[in-house]
This record gives sequence, structure tokens and C-alpha cells, in this order.
Amino acid sequence: MNAAVVVNNLTKKFGDFTAVDSISLKVETGEIFGFLGANGAGKTTAIRMLCGLLLPTSGDGIVAGHDIIKENEKIKSSIGYMSQKFSLYPDLTGKENLVFYGSLYGLFGDRLKVRIESVSELLSLGEFIDRPAGSLPVGWRQRLALGAAILHEPKILFLDEPTGGVDPVFRRRFWETLYKLADKGTTLFVTTHYMDEAEFCRRISIMHRGRIIELGTPGDIIKKYNQPNLQETFISLILASDNNG
Amino acid sequence: MSSISVEHIVKSYGDIVAVDDVSFSNESGKILALVGPDGAGKTSLLRLMCGLLDFERGEVSFGSINLRYDFEEIKKLLGYMPQNFSLYPDLTVEENLKFYAGLFEISKKEFSRKKEFLYEFSNLGPFRKRRASNLSGGMKQKLALSCALIHDPKILILDEPTTGVDPLSRRQFWDILKKLRDEGASILVSTPYMDEVVMSDRAVFIHHGKKLTEGTPEELTAMYSGFVYTLQVKPTVDTMEALNSIEGIVARRFGASIHIYSDNLSKTEDISETLADRNIEFSSLAQIEPELEDVFIQMMGN
Repeated sequence: MNAAVVVNNLTKKFGDFTAVDSISLKVETGEIFGFLGANGAGKTTAIRMLCGLLLPTSGDGIVAGHDIIKENEKIKSSIGYMSQKFSLYPDLTGKENLVFYGSLYGLFGDRLKVRIESVSELLSLGEFIDRPAGSLPVGWRQRLALGAAILHEPKILFLDEPTGGVDPVFRRRFWETLYKLADKGTTLFVTTHYMDEAEFCRRISIMHRGRIIELGTPGDIIKKYNQPNLQETFISLILASDNNG
Repeated sequence: MSSISVEHIVKSYGDIVAVDDVSFSNESGKILALVGPDGAGKTSLLRLMCGLLDFERGEVSFGSINLRYDFEEIKKLLGYMPQNFSLYPDLTVEENLKFYAGLFEISKKEFSRKKEFLYEFSNLGPFRKRRASNLSGGMKQKLALSCALIHDPKILILDEPTTGVDPLSRRQFWDILKKLRDEGASILVSTPYMDEVVMSDRAVFIHHGKKLTEGTPEELTAMYSGFVYTLQVKPTVDTMEALNSIEGIVARRFGASIHIYSDNLSKTEDISETLADRNIEFSSLAQIEPELEDVFIQMMGN
């Protein structure tokens, strides 16, 4: 099986500040990978490099078979990206938003129609698809944003805090959809602040001050530090790392 | 006398009843969590309690003071942190605090004392000259809370204060809330996080504008009807379909394992027999305690 994401010593500096400090990781095709870290740890900067939106200062990597430096434009069409901000047009209906995003990815005519139907079914958008996106409760906006991100059937889906402020019922359904996508071979790269959600991932990494300080399955990491759960493990790891300078 | 008392509140927007006959109360020195799915009416309720929204029926009072009759008195008592707290991004941490101190007519002398106290509380001291726009998510929320605390309110109303905040900052934020509670504040906080509900003294569940139930986290967890199991099995699409086709069972993935929910199968043997009948192989099976999130989802009727 080919790895969906491979990066080696990826680094990004902004002036004197090193936002991402020599991270290396490998994510298998169809894997759900949790990319965790405190606010300001450098997660979003790292994801932007993986998506081909930002060039690294040093290091290299392959995402969806494309070089992140030389072929960064090609990466964009092979991946889907859903941010914490759910970038939807509030005055457009759900369907209009999907048509808009679909056409950005070069989908049109029957193909676009089929994809919108398939996505609406997968996400059970139902009648909500005809309402203005801005009038939808946050859980429905989140589903719609996911729909927009997967219309073009990306090989890898990057989800940056996809469930912020979403209630447990919607979060649970959202994760059921993510599992369905992974079963079909989509690789999922997810950031989250909910440690119970992080336990839904096959493997996770924990980032702090630009570096990856832990990487493995949630179960193995919890065991390694002899903590009751991932939340306590995360907190103790960050505190220990801060105390060591 | 309760420090926060809400009785039979009704609030509609046109034909939509956002808050439907909700009552609850909270004592001084306690944290009450308001929990419900998106659109349940939580924000409407909190806003009307702060006098920011009219409502048709019911009474809101803080101690002996009724919201309808003495709003000015209540403003002094109340600290409110809305979901999107308006910090001025171009102002520094200290300038933001100063601005809120000005709104509450706090004297210069009082402000210099108060700000040091808040810096110590929030650990924002080293960042006092940093612009609010350059703070991390966790620090922004701590600054917003500090602004809401500038006039020493005895009652705090917080609307989902930790959304988008990492686990460590969230823990620190809650440590502050617990300290305020222990000093006698009455705190009402809405949250979508069950781990925060567990840290509260009591919680009220609301859904479609109505109060479903209330209790301590322990009482609420005990309300789960049914049984939960964890199953070690390769969670393929086929296995999930096979499990979910069994009557009386709901299977959900949980990372590398599967959780099984059943209303009536109360023993591990019941589950293993059922799985054997369907030729579903597994490496281990154990009954586990339901969590508060399971109760919440059950009450929301899936």
C-alpha cells in the first residue's frame, strides 16, 4: 500500500520564528490520522504545507503522490480541505454552495449533478440543502462544508478542527461519515481539540512548539505514559515538555 | 434564596418557540452547566437572562432582584461572556481590560489593583503588552473572561467559553472557574463538552427549547437505560452492517474497537451468543460503564 503522506524534516520559519520544526511522518492510504497539538503549536502551518498552499523553508514531502515543493499545484486537485471556519456562502443555499465548490474543482453538468446527489445522500442533507447556508445550525453547516470538501472525490481529506462547537450528537454522526469515507480508501488527516475524538483515529501525533513530541496509536501512547486517558496524557506531555524548556 | 433563578421562561421568534417553559436555579458557590444540541435554545436563554432579549413569559431573578424591575442593579452583579466575545484586536491585553473597566466606571486606583489580580489569575501578566489579535485561542478566552470579571461580578454567565481551545488551555480555564466558584461565585455555563459537564456541580439538559432533565453529573449518568459493551474486532463495513442488522443492538465505531449499545441484553454472554449466532468473530468483549455522552445522545433520541 502506498503512503498517502510522507514528509521528512519539514520546517517552516517566519523570520526568526520557527513555526514548524523538522517534522517527519508517514500516513498510510485509508488511515484516519489525528494531528493533535495545543493552540499555536504549528498544526495549521504544517497542514498548509501539506496542502501545497505554503512552501517549506526546508525539508521535503510527497502528498497524494505529488512533491509538495515541485508539484504543489497538483496536490490541490487531489485533496479536500475543510477548515474550522466552514467557508460557506451564507446567502447561498446548500445546493448553490455545492455547485459553486464543485465548479471550482472542475465538475460540471451531469457529473456535478451526480456528485451532489451522492454527497447529499452520504451526509443525509435532505431538505437542508435548499436552505440558505447562513440560516443552518452549526451542525448542518459542518456537514455541508464536509460535502463541499469531498465533491471532487479527493484521495486525502484534511480536516482542521472540523467539529469545533458542534454538539455530541452531530459529532458522533460526523465521525460515522468519516469512517465510511476511510472504508472507501480516502485518507483522513484530522486536527481536533477533543481527546475523545482523537481516540477515534488509528494513529495520532502530538505537536508542541513546532515539533512532533509523540506519535503512535492512542492506546500505545496512553499506556506509555501510564495515564487514565488521552486527555490526561496530552496535558501531562505538554506540561512536561514546557518544564524541560 | 437562589442566586440565579429562572422560572417558566417562554421566548419565541415568530412561530418558533426557542425557549419553552424552562425553569432552573443555581446557588452561590456552584457551577451549573447548560447542555443541549445546537439550536436547543441555550444562547437565547443566556441572552435573555442578561437582559439582552425580551421574553414573553416567566421570571428571571438574581438573589432578591428581579430582572424586569431592577436591571441596573443586576448589571453590577452580572458578568456575561458571550460566544463571540468582542475583544479589540488592535488593543493590547491591558488596553482591553482598561476599556472594560471604563465601561463599568471603575476608578484608576481600583483598576490597578484589579488588573494585577486578574493577571495572576489568568497567567496573562507576561502578555499584558501583546495585542489581542496575537493571542492564542486559549489566551483570548482567558482575556475575555478577565474582561467579564473586571467589576467583581457575583454571578457569571458564560456561553460556550472554550470552543476551539486546546485541552490544556481548557483545563486551565476551568481551574479559574473552579477557583471563582470556591470563592462564592454562582456560575452558569453552556457547553457542548461532556467532560466540562462532569466538572460542574449540576447540569440542565435542554432540547427543542424544553428542559429534559437536570441533576448532578453522577445522577445524570445513572439515567442511562441499557447496556454498553466494547468489542475488539476488525471494524470493516461488513462487520458494522452485520452488527447493526441485529435487532436491539446499535454498533458504533470507537477507534480500533466497536461499542455496542443494547436496551435489553444485560450480560456479556447474551452479546457473545448473539454474535456467535451470526458468525461474527471477535477477539475480546467486555461490558463498560455508560458515559455522560451516551446519556445525552440517548435523551436526544438519536
